[in-house]
Amino acid sequence: MSETVARFEIRRTRLLDADGEPLGPLPVFARDAEALLPLYRAMVRVRAFDEKAIALQRSGRLGTYASCLGQEAVGVGIASAMAEGDVLLPSFREHAAQLWRGVTLEELFLFWGGDERGSDFGGPRRDFPVSIPVASHFPHAAGVALAMALKGETRAAVAIAGDGATSKGDFYEALNVIGVWRLPAVFVVTNNQWAISMPRDEQSAAETLAQKAIAAGIPGEQVDGNDVIAMHDATARALARARAGEGGTLIEALTYRLSDHTTADDASRYRDEEAVAPHWPEEPLRRLHAYLTAQGAWSEAEDAKWRSICEGEVETAADAYLATAPEPATAMFDSLFATLPTDLASQRARLDDA
Amino acid sequence: MPELSLVEAVRAALVRAMAEDERVIVMGEDVGIDGGVFRATEGLAQRFGSGRVRDTPLSELLIAGMAVGAAVEGLRPVAEIQFMGFLYPTIDQLANHASRLRTRTRGRLTVPMVLRAPYGGGIHAPEHHSESAESMLAHIPGLRVVIPSSPARAYGLLLSAIRDPDPVVFLEPKRLYRLSRELVDDDGQGLALYRCIVEREGADVTLVSWGAMLRETLAAAAALAEEGRRAEVIDVATLKPLDMATILASVEKTGRCVVVHEAPLSGGYGGEITARLAEDAMFSLVAPLKRVAGWDTVMPLPRLEDRYMPSVARIVAAARETLESD
Repeated sequence: MSETVARFEIRRTRLLDADGEPLGPLPVFARDAEALLPLYRAMVRVRAFDEKAIALQRSGRLGTYASCLGQEAVGVGIASAMAEGDVLLPSFREHAAQLWRGVTLEELFLFWGGDERGSDFGGPRRDFPVSIPVASHFPHAAGVALAMALKGETRAAVAIAGDGATSKGDFYEALNVIGVWRLPAVFVVTNNQWAISMPRDEQSAAETLAQKAIAAGIPGEQVDGNDVIAMHDATARALARARAGEGGTLIEALTYRLSDHTTADDASRYRDEEAVAPHWPEEPLRRLHAYLTAQGAWSEAEDAKWRSICEGEVETAADAYLATAPEPATAMFDSLFATLPTDLASQRARLDDA
Repeated sequence: MPELSLVEAVRAALVRAMAEDERVIVMGEDVGIDGGVFRATEGLAQRFGSGRVRDTPLSELLIAGMAVGAAVEGLRPVAEIQFMGFLYPTIDQLANHASRLRTRTRGRLTVPMVLRAPYGGGIHAPEHHSESAESMLAHIPGLRVVIPSSPARAYGLLLSAIRDPDPVVFLEPKRLYRLSRELVDDDGQGLALYRCIVEREGADVTLVSWGAMLRETLAAAAALAEEGRRAEVIDVATLKPLDMATILASVEKTGRCVVVHEAPLSGGYGGEITARLAEDAMFSLVAPLKRVAGWDTVMPLPRLEDRYMPSVARIVAAARETLESD
């Protein structure tokens, strides 16, 4: 005898189409178009940062940089749904979320310019710095969530990584524990269809990455990651579950990496421009701009003005970064331990400028 | 004052730490109701509850990674890996995160965690249960690597490891877990995490070791004493950061040194200690430095295990060689 003992489904949510037309009633927070302006402004701001970062790298004034072009709605949608006391654990392409959380433009430039002080955020003091080893921060998010739960708090941990991260054991192991321990954690997979040169359909035979939640016994859903309203809404629902003690959620944000993997990458080696072109009309700024304009909440004049403000802000931050002298070399020793061990103190003393 | 075995001393330190600081949590595989495969955590779940004494899913990487996250968020996790052979998946977390977060955030985020693991051979355990990979861990900047050699040291060093504001890997020589007992004063006193300990004084040759091998090293010193040769024995106790001053002071006195460890010879921590002596004690040395270590082989299964482990005879022979070389 055999019988069906479990059934599952994965739902995909999209609230605005690519031209900014609502596909149904919008969630309550989005019904007043004015309330969406901060989200739009934040996306414009991170795109201005992104452009400047690439320009600085191309002119030898920034290190290798990972662009978030086309993925702005993922980070802004997530971060705008988070509370200040929540903890963000970002991968290296989530500048949008970091900026919303209060990491400054100058700090981002500093980090990508090769200075550890860029991860000593003045704003979100408990947020993690970006995780470069892919998926290795999901277990941290589980640990952060465990600590929050044990302390009896209603905060939550939010970790973000790319589609490639879902192939790693770290991801599965952490997903499993937020399920079985019902931890207040939200895992977001920014599925931008590419892990450097590896397309999504070669990464996994699974129809969706969201369904990986099923094996962990937690809800998983797909969201149009270019739709900032849907991203905010899905994150807010997941956070509400976390705060209510209902455990973790996996969100797969569907988007597209319009840029190279990093400035050290040349995507033309593995994907044709023709494959990228159809994704441009789907990008997130265009659609929210269209919606806001149609609602009468935003105008071309306001748009031009805001872009100019962002560019000015980015220039100022870049100048400040470029004018920041490197730390003394001894800094590499000074934060290694709470108290520098004697053995290391002798090495520190041998540094030239000590 | 109770007489405790090493594993009981570990447990006493855990109980003390959990009682004095509610941020301390214990997690690992089977550490809860089962009390851990070596019973190091026996009774903790009953006393402190399943919230603070947590049976984790079977995933070592996760255990280490969660400890990092929980530590950053203000807890003091003490995570257990059941055997060192299963510790390797945690190295990504130790090397890329636990040891780095303080410095890469310039002190903003800190990782006060302890990763405990039984290590070493000598109990005829199954394959992958007897490794000594301390030098791999000691090569990671930002990490402390601590190895007790007796119940009292296990108690004091573990308490200090848990109270330390930075990550510590605490390797417990499982051959010693139940081998002998000694008086351990459960007074909450920690032992310094950056001190080598002169275990026995002597003027003729310095024998340096750690963990379970200290027993053989002390036995070798006793055998040498019968020949009228006075060996000084040093328990390194904390491999990283290394208290080289204590070792240097001894070798400047004796002019001779043998380093003893169970881990394979090449790339072992004995190489670090002898290299430092070659750099800093060259003119005190009157004989070539010696290392007595495990062979550069895969740790054999129990039938050949005794032939792998450094013996008292090998240590005595190496010491004699240095003593007779001038």
